[in-house]
Amino acid sequence: MPIQYYIALSVCLFCIGIVGVLTRRNVIIIFMCIELMLNSVNLLLVAFSKMYNAPAFAANPASTVGIDGQLFVFFIMVVAAAEVSVGLAIIVMMYRNTHSIDVNFLNRLKN
Amino acid sequence: MGVTSILFWSLSALALISAIMVLATKNPVHSVLWLIVVFFAISGHYILLNAQFLAIVNLIVYAGAIMVLFLFVIMLMNLNTATEPKKNLWMKLAGIISGGSLFLILISVVRSSVDMSQKSALVKDGNIGLIDTLGKVLFNEYTIPFEISSILFLSAMVGAVVIGKKN
Amino acid sequence: MNNLVYLIPLFPLAGFLINGLFRKSLNKPLIGIIGSGAILASFVVSLVLFFQVKSNGALPVEALFSFINVHDFKIDFAFQVDQLSSIFLLIITGIGFLIHVYSTSYMHDEPTEHFGRYFAYLNLFVFSMLLLVMGANFVIMFIGWEGVGLCSYLLIGFWFKNNNYNYAAKKAFVMNRIGDLGFLLAVFWLLAKVGTVNYHDVFTAESLAKLTPTDITAITLLLFVGAAGKSAQIPLYTWLPDAMAGPTPVSALIHAATMVTAGIYMIARSNVLYSLAHVTQNVIAIIGIATALLAATIALKQNDIKKVLAYSTVSQLGYMFLGLGVGAYTGAVFHVMTHAFFKALLFLGAGSVIHAAGGEQDIRKMGGLKKYMPYTHLTFLVGCIAIAGMPPFSGFFSKDEILAAAYARSPILWGLGVLGAAMTAFYMFRLYATTFLGSFRGTHDQEHHLHESPAAMTIPLVVLAFLSVIGGAVGVPEALHGHHELHHFLSPVLTTEVAPELGHSTEYGLMAVSVVLALAALLFALNKFSKKPELGEPTGFGKVLANKWYIDELYDAVIVNPLLKFADFLKNVVEKSGIDGIVNGVGRFVQYLSRQLRLLQSGQVGNYILFMVLSIVVLFLVFWNQAIILQFLQKVF
Repeated sequence: MPIQYYIALSVCLFCIGIVGVLTRRNVIIIFMCIELMLNSVNLLLVAFSKMYNAPAFAANPASTVGIDGQLFVFFIMVVAAAEVSVGLAIIVMMYRNTHSIDVNFLNRLKN
Repeated sequence: MGVTSILFWSLSALALISAIMVLATKNPVHSVLWLIVVFFAISGHYILLNAQFLAIVNLIVYAGAIMVLFLFVIMLMNLNTATEPKKNLWMKLAGIISGGSLFLILISVVRSSVDMSQKSALVKDGNIGLIDTLGKVLFNEYTIPFEISSILFLSAMVGAVVIGKKN
Repeated sequence: MNNLVYLIPLFPLAGFLINGLFRKSLNKPLIGIIGSGAILASFVVSLVLFFQVKSNGALPVEALFSFINVHDFKIDFAFQVDQLSSIFLLIITGIGFLIHVYSTSYMHDEPTEHFGRYFAYLNLFVFSMLLLVMGANFVIMFIGWEGVGLCSYLLIGFWFKNNNYNYAAKKAFVMNRIGDLGFLLAVFWLLAKVGTVNYHDVFTAESLAKLTPTDITAITLLLFVGAAGKSAQIPLYTWLPDAMAGPTPVSALIHAATMVTAGIYMIARSNVLYSLAHVTQNVIAIIGIATALLAATIALKQNDIKKVLAYSTVSQLGYMFLGLGVGAYTGAVFHVMTHAFFKALLFLGAGSVIHAAGGEQDIRKMGGLKKYMPYTHLTFLVGCIAIAGMPPFSGFFSKDEILAAAYARSPILWGLGVLGAAMTAFYMFRLYATTFLGSFRGTHDQEHHLHESPAAMTIPLVVLAFLSVIGGAVGVPEALHGHHELHHFLSPVLTTEVAPELGHSTEYGLMAVSVVLALAALLFALNKFSKKPELGEPTGFGKVLANKWYIDELYDAVIVNPLLKFADFLKNVVEKSGIDGIVNGVGRFVQYLSRQLRLLQSGQVGNYILFMVLSIVVLFLVFWNQAIILQFLQKVF
């Protein structure tokens, strides 16, 4: 499968995530869009890993060239899980304080 | 068009449509469900690329744990109805336009790249995605990052507890 | 190699540093001892060196370190003690010491801090003056020249809380700067043509051959501009009377005995050059006699005790320049010396009077001080007789020598000089009679306050009076069967001195005429003012004199006011609407832009992400291969 298809697919998913972040005001939806973007990058990493593996595999089926990409995906999942746990905790706390999940309430950066 | 292509195209279509639906629906619960569909489609892609371990982990961690957490939070806050305030139309337009232009630029960059046009990803075949191979590399070369990630988890756990605690 | 030379300026410098830095922690007696002791030490060393010079001739030039060293152009920080500088060293340190001692008593009412500041300035002045006369080249002389100008400024404005005094200080400084510019130009000119500024190298036939007559005239004229500024000659003399704003001992030291004679020292030092420039000599002689007469006429009608003495100083400096102009360099230096004695004496006496009268300086409110202040009265009288040129007091010999030389050049100069001498006798005895004779005219409180000054003030007066009496003995002319020791002593330095070719009988005649005229003026003044002093405001021509010929007003109208108008124009028009406008415009523009930009910082995370995405797009457009992107975009749309 040409690598460009995978890249295009990832870019599509990534940009959908970006548009979601930019257009929605619900914090949870924004958070989900971020997860979507992370997944698009994961998909791309796996695809690249297989791309680098292809010639090596032809020469030696036991070759592990390109396996790093898949390990990166593994670590990204780890980080994403940690991020989600903390992020959701923050959202819960914010909801408790403001009774809203509107991202526009988070404008403390102005000061 | 072989089975692989059919699978690729159908999975891609499913992923894109579901991703758009995540944004399109008003109800957050529906968004979560559509996102789970996206994760399933991506897991399908992983299987197609012979990365079975990642496919399973993706399902367990993302679709299983993380999205359930999302659902749990939404239910907890009683947000399952469409209560999101309307965003300024101009801001929406600006967001769509800038996202779209980034998309166009990235696609043009991909199209214009010369050395990418000849490369292709190995599908169906290959064994680097097997748990056996991955595990060996992970515990031989990536031991220290693995351990560090466990510390990250620990600190994330502590952080979540501290933040979530009623003060 | 003589190791003592550098000690002379070192002591006052040390005194300046100690008194200047620790003026808040030292007490008054200690400050006085340090200040006076430093000068006394210098005086002792100067005395030792003087006798060495007297017996063995000039000491070798001693270079302490290289001051400016660029390529083959080299100026050393070098000291030169020869006959001329050793005389000046004695005058500066000797009279300086007496005035320091006097000051410890005169300035006693000042707070300790200001007392220390005063002595620090005074020591710095002596240090600078010593540099001026000891420097072995024009550059070191210039350093001292500027240093004394600075100290003069600081000391005139010593009581800086009075704004008039500050204006006087500023005036002195600015007028000195005008002269300094001339000096500096002359030094540059000399450097450009001869390539060196060392006295030893400049005053050789070899160096002089490099100068055309025009060069010499220009250099000497420019040097004279410097001398006129420092020594208060027409047209730069008006600062000196105003400089009386400073404490009286300062007037005695700086504005009578030492600093104002720097110009005479400089011209005497460069006598080789001046003797080659007859145009300059004539200019100097004419300006000298004109200054002498102008200042003498003004002094006739002044009522401020210090102003009379100030104009008298200007007038006497005019005599010295007359002497320089007619080639009587020894006479000029001789007059510097005797003038230093009796003018310092007169100023210190005036200070004693002012001290006793509680700060009163107007002689119309004095009178009859004779019985209250016997020492001051006697010494002041000695000073008046000396300056009036009565034999055998010192002023007679020096003034007579200058007048004789003037007669040899032109009898007209002599005639004007004698007229000036008569006026000198007149105004000095008007001053004396109004101040000391008659009866006291001040308030009852002031009369009650009158007292003789303490010993620290009267002892310097007595010493100076003694010197004023016998100071002429070193220069008794041969016509009076004298030896003129000073002439022989200075002859190695003042090589181009021309002795007037006068017969003894002519000299006797000249002496007799000037003495008789002066004596007549003296007696007339004494007679006129001891009984009926001039108390009212002057009228008619006297008013013109009392107002100093309106010279200050003339300068104001011709030079100062147009400059002020121009400065006002620059300040109000060019500065306000031009420069300020541009600067403020830039500032306002930036403020406006910032106010608009501030709106971007909304604090909404969504906006920040939007800008981030847009920036990524822009970066791609700018740095990626644009042609390919545009091609693709064309294909898409």
